[in-house]
Amino acid sequence: MAKLKVPVGPTDHSQGPSDAPVTLVEYGDYECPHCGHAYPIVKALQKRFGKQLRFAFRNFPLREIHPHAEAAAETAEFAATHGKFWEMHDVIFENQNSLSEEMLGELAQRLALDRQALREALGSGAFAERVQRDFSGGVRSGVNGTPTFFVNGMRHDGDFEMETLREVISTAAGQ
Amino acid sequence: MSNVLLPGTPAPDFTLHATPDQTLALKGLRGRPVILAFYPADWSPVCGDQMALYNEVLPEFQRFNAELLGISVDGVWCHAAFSRDRKLHFPLLADFEPKGAVAKLYGAFRDGEGIAERALFVIDKNGTIRWSYCSPIAVNPGADGILEALENLPK
Repeated sequence: MAKLKVPVGPTDHSQGPSDAPVTLVEYGDYECPHCGHAYPIVKALQKRFGKQLRFAFRNFPLREIHPHAEAAAETAEFAATHGKFWEMHDVIFENQNSLSEEMLGELAQRLALDRQALREALGSGAFAERVQRDFSGGVRSGVNGTPTFFVNGMRHDGDFEMETLREVISTAAGQ
Repeated sequence: MSNVLLPGTPAPDFTLHATPDQTLALKGLRGRPVILAFYPADWSPVCGDQMALYNEVLPEFQRFNAELLGISVDGVWCHAAFSRDRKLHFPLLADFEPKGAVAKLYGAFRDGEGIAERALFVIDKNGTIRWSYCSPIAVNPGADGILEALENLPK
């Protein structure tokens, strides 16, 4: 069974206490419809498990089939440097059907971020290496598509519907 | 599950169509590592299917100078359409006639269903299998095993 090779650490984007009994890691692609499907499910899981769950999101853009996935991932990383990773992560998923560079710029503006600075960052690939680091770590850990979830470091090979994930997390939490 | 050929076995040679008018012989790739990725069928209905994933990981395989070959029993025209649709940058070989003959040579054919297993082989530059793995048919095996095997190849 595939194991997470890169433990969740300070460079990750995570929500929930670092000493939570369960850590859920998602390798995701902002343009992937399955990740879009998983987005509200993860939110519901976070609500359900509260402080028992830490959630980390890592980038795994499938660039060849999703032409905007890389730009979206870099936009979220750009927002992260202004302390707004999760706001951006959320609005991108909520608008994933209409992704474009134009749209990403609008989202930045909506979050009171500098649209021009984002354009420059995307143009120069300022966050490309950050995204690639997530991607490479994911490949090494056996990420096999998007989304791929890891629960306490073990790859979750089942479906990612609410019921299934709730059960896996409950078990990991020792409930 | 079939019994795939094990490490230490010489990789059986084969020649298959890579495009409607081009064939590719395994022997022709001596001198560099080769990854054989047998898979059940083109057009699996998910974004992150195995071939799409390998397509993204290609630069990491290339760091080892390795050649990746996808193999299924689909025909050349099917492969051509699939490859174009998913923008694949590596060859898909058609193990089409006689059907599954190469998959059988590697112990990677599912008799009842007439398709290849999800079986992976890493072959060294001298043509010897150095790593093999057969995944449950429904589980995309990812690329981590391949990369680890490439790292462990004798220099």
